[in-house]
Amino acid sequence: MRPLDFEKPLYDILEKIRELETNPSLKDSVDRLKKEAEKLKEEIYSNLTRWQIVQIARHQDRPKSLDYLNNVLDEFLELHGDRLFSDDSAIIVGIGKIDKFSIAFIAQEKGKTTNEKIERNFGMPHPEGYRKGMRIMDLAEKLKLPIITFVDTPGAYPGIGAEERGQFSAIAYSIMKMLSIKTPTISYIIGEGGSGGALAIAAADRVFALEYSIYSVISPEGCASILFRDASKAEKAADILKLTARDLLELGVIDGIVKEPLGGAHWQPKEMYKNLKEHIIEQLYFLKNLDIDEILKLRYEKYRRVGIVYG
Amino acid sequence: MFFQRKETKLPQTEQKRETPDNLWIKCENCSEILYRKHIEKNYWICPNCNYHFRINSDLYLNYILDGGGFIEEYVYNLETKDFLNFPGYAEKLKELKEKTKLNDASRVGYGKIDNFDVIFFITDFRFLAGSMGAVLGEKFFYGVLKSIEKKIPYIALTSSGGGARMHEGIISLMQMAKTTLAVIELRKNSILYINILTDPTMGGVMASFAALGDILIAEPGALLGFAGPRVIEQTIKEKLPEGFQRSEFLLKKGQVDLVVPRNELKTTISKILRLLS
Repeated sequence: MRPLDFEKPLYDILEKIRELETNPSLKDSVDRLKKEAEKLKEEIYSNLTRWQIVQIARHQDRPKSLDYLNNVLDEFLELHGDRLFSDDSAIIVGIGKIDKFSIAFIAQEKGKTTNEKIERNFGMPHPEGYRKGMRIMDLAEKLKLPIITFVDTPGAYPGIGAEERGQFSAIAYSIMKMLSIKTPTISYIIGEGGSGGALAIAAADRVFALEYSIYSVISPEGCASILFRDASKAEKAADILKLTARDLLELGVIDGIVKEPLGGAHWQPKEMYKNLKEHIIEQLYFLKNLDIDEILKLRYEKYRRVGIVYG
Repeated sequence: MFFQRKETKLPQTEQKRETPDNLWIKCENCSEILYRKHIEKNYWICPNCNYHFRINSDLYLNYILDGGGFIEEYVYNLETKDFLNFPGYAEKLKELKEKTKLNDASRVGYGKIDNFDVIFFITDFRFLAGSMGAVLGEKFFYGVLKSIEKKIPYIALTSSGGGARMHEGIISLMQMAKTTLAVIELRKNSILYINILTDPTMGGVMASFAALGDILIAEPGALLGFAGPRVIEQTIKEKLPEGFQRSEFLLKKGQVDLVVPRNELKTTISKILRLLS
């Protein structure tokens, strides 16, 4: 794993442990160091600044959508293409099984290695990605499948082709479809929720954020360059934007936080998959007990109320 | 407790101007020196190059609505909340309120267009670039409910370069969902919804309620899109082609229905209303 700046002391100890572990006679020192490492880990991760959380949310080794699809769903089949222009690799859609539930999914995929990142356009969708998502929403509505979305994007792609093919209209219609669809929807912000490009697949009945994920109207860097005319002041901007899972819960924008292993999902991916799997199944049972009219009514109330400005 | 204030505003006859009352004015596009009175009479369109000057909401109301105004009621006094304690936001709002005599970038009210009843929603670029915060979301929604109640068309004119308002953080992003939810209500109730897109309409505004009208009308030369041109240039590291993201470009790409000059907006909307009445 690649350490972030503030994680370096911890990684140094871990490295030392690995070295000493090769020599069995040093077991005592190793045990002592292991305890020290645990303590240090606790210290580092229990007092994270917002900017540090931003870095964890964007961490290269953090599980991405494909990891969750592979390890949380019992089985799935990816489907391709928007039937209009192409197949956007930044958005993965398909059908799957979890517990006894058949579901449809829409997920933003950033990729992990350099090649994957390029292939996935760093998780920045084009209009055809959102239109592929809408196609799967149609399928889900027809077959009455709950929809699960995994949100992880710096934002919708800002490019010539994207604008020519109506990025704004793809996002707007995707939000509209999510809000009018007659089937339950659950969204998980698993890493980075970048503005409208994230909301396009996050306007769900139930919205949750993983503990070290972020969701914001503008990136800290973007905010800093407007506010301080200096993108390097992103750390300050992250504090201003209140973009962590905990902030989002306090602002009433999400319904809950999914617990992560200490330090982030990438430290103990298996534990993360287990947490998320349990969470999804619990939510599916919860929604299963509501009839669709009730779900639509709750959805209306939820988005009607957001940002109350009276009295 | 909701909608407790009611205030009726008289139709606007006097036009407020931001710029000093000079007799002559230079076209921001072709640099032609123009006689101010001519420009005013010409809907703030340059007679030389057809450039549409950016104008405030009062002028638009004047040009489009009968009697030059509408009745803003109930929601017009809504106060913006500073959800994030964003640095400088409270001061900025105070300053803008004094300067523009508006409470927010958005206004909504009841009016007539060639005698057709409509609910008219408008954003004003002078107020934080016409950006969308929680007050805008609520006003837009309120207007939609009025449209449904009165069974009359909903018309939204946007001049919103800022998109979602950064100062209200994630709450402003959620207004994209809230305004879209309102549009769904218009659909359910078969209420006609028209967007008039003026320079500029970008970001979260363009990617939510402003894109969802039954008919999209753009003013000539307006910058319309999701990502700002500078962001695109920085991303792709090339210069953008001439006219990129402008109304005429979008018409060609199939993204808007009509490009209509400012002096014909009223007759065009009136025609749509006539055809559908």
